[in-house]
Amino acid sequence: MRWFVPYGNPTYFLWLALAIIPLMIGLLYGRRFRGYQTLISFFFLLLTFGGPNWRTGIALIGYFIYQILLVSGYSYYRQRKGSANKGWVFIGAVILAILPLVIVKVTPAIENGRQSIIGFLGISYITFKVVQTIMETRDGIIKEFHPVLFGQFLLFFPTISSGPIDRYRRFLTDYEKVPPQSEYLNLIQTGVRYIFTGFVYKFILAYFFGTMLMPIVERRALLAHGFSWNIVAYMYVYSMDLFFDFAGYSLFAVGISYLMGIKTPMNFNQPFKSKNIKDFWNRWHMTLSFWFRDYIFMRLVFFFMKHKVFKSRVTTANVCYVINMLIMGFWHGETWFYITYGLFHGVALVINDTWLRYKKKHQAVIPHNKLTELFAIFLTFNVVCFSFLIFSGFLNTLFFGPHRF
Amino acid sequence: MDNVKETVIEILKDLTGEDFSENLDENLYDSALLDSMGTVQLLLELQDQLGIEAPVSEFDRNEWDTPAKIIEKVEAMKQ
Repeated sequence: MRWFVPYGNPTYFLWLALAIIPLMIGLLYGRRFRGYQTLISFFFLLLTFGGPNWRTGIALIGYFIYQILLVSGYSYYRQRKGSANKGWVFIGAVILAILPLVIVKVTPAIENGRQSIIGFLGISYITFKVVQTIMETRDGIIKEFHPVLFGQFLLFFPTISSGPIDRYRRFLTDYEKVPPQSEYLNLIQTGVRYIFTGFVYKFILAYFFGTMLMPIVERRALLAHGFSWNIVAYMYVYSMDLFFDFAGYSLFAVGISYLMGIKTPMNFNQPFKSKNIKDFWNRWHMTLSFWFRDYIFMRLVFFFMKHKVFKSRVTTANVCYVINMLIMGFWHGETWFYITYGLFHGVALVINDTWLRYKKKHQAVIPHNKLTELFAIFLTFNVVCFSFLIFSGFLNTLFFGPHRF
Repeated sequence: MDNVKETVIEILKDLTGEDFSENLDENLYDSALLDSMGTVQLLLELQDQLGIEAPVSEFDRNEWDTPAKIIEKVEAMKQ
């Protein structure tokens, strides 16, 4: 038996096709073979977390049991009749939910890059699902907890390694029903198209930028010692690779979900056409940014406004933008470049809003036409690519890393 | 009933600067009249003025995206 990164090579797709066909036939004829779906989920999890990766498999099982117990416990507390619904119990539950992730993220920073033994591929994405479920249980929107369905949601194998991040209530409505035949045929059509677009993105474009071009520009930039135009070249090549690799992966995950009759939300919507940074975050890694919007940004704004912490609406928004994006930075990892990346986007959102307000006030004198729109797209693209250069950690290698040449 | 409608339209007018009494089906998000900030303000105003306790996670953008839908939601929650 061989071991696979999800969607990593043709054999993985062959296995996928074989495993999924019986499920598709069932769905076409109005039935979801749940037992079979669980069986193939287990098989694909084994392909990724078994064999030489068995230690991460153990970590996944431990993590899974821990979170099921935690959410069961909190649901029991919250869903009882006359639940006290105390704030500190809720905050305690959220802290316990993110604790394993925090340990996994902090360990390399304090132990010279050594990885924590409780980590596994996809831990940060599952954590989002858990925290979101706890928050909606707190709000009383999730009214009943079902450990098996919740388990299906957490371990849904097409999205386990890197999202897209689905929502419990949304996932459940799809999982518990079978789409009407005509709708399912449309899903198949769209799903297959996504998968083939994914092939082009990941195995042609990301291969071209990441595997062919990147080593060349990287070497040139390192040889130049310090600032050079090669860094700019690296910035664009890295940005293209990042997009096509991740968007390609996301297309596979969404496409396979569709074939399984689950409408996992889309992750990208032509992000390089964004007219400003806010627009960008509505198009780039959308399930992550919407998660941050709904579970961090809006809740912070709600809290600050309700308790009238800041006098003005503008200050509230600005403070929340920066906190929101900083948390996103910390989530990526405890290195100066990830945190700077978060801060950079927080400040960019503040500047963006300030400019939009100014522009609205002076509508009469500030031109707005096709040309200025093109300029806005160009500017946003470059700001974004620069932020990816920070994110890549290449500047770290270049200026603080061991000299390789 | 009419009271709810008037109040919602008044709140939306304060938030977006537009009068929706004739355009109850205009999509507030597509036209970028409402963003996350505005949404939270809307929820807080609904809480203050109509006593609706709507948590942020109740708020599914697709279900609250036009003035008509908001009015309908609020009326359902008031009962």
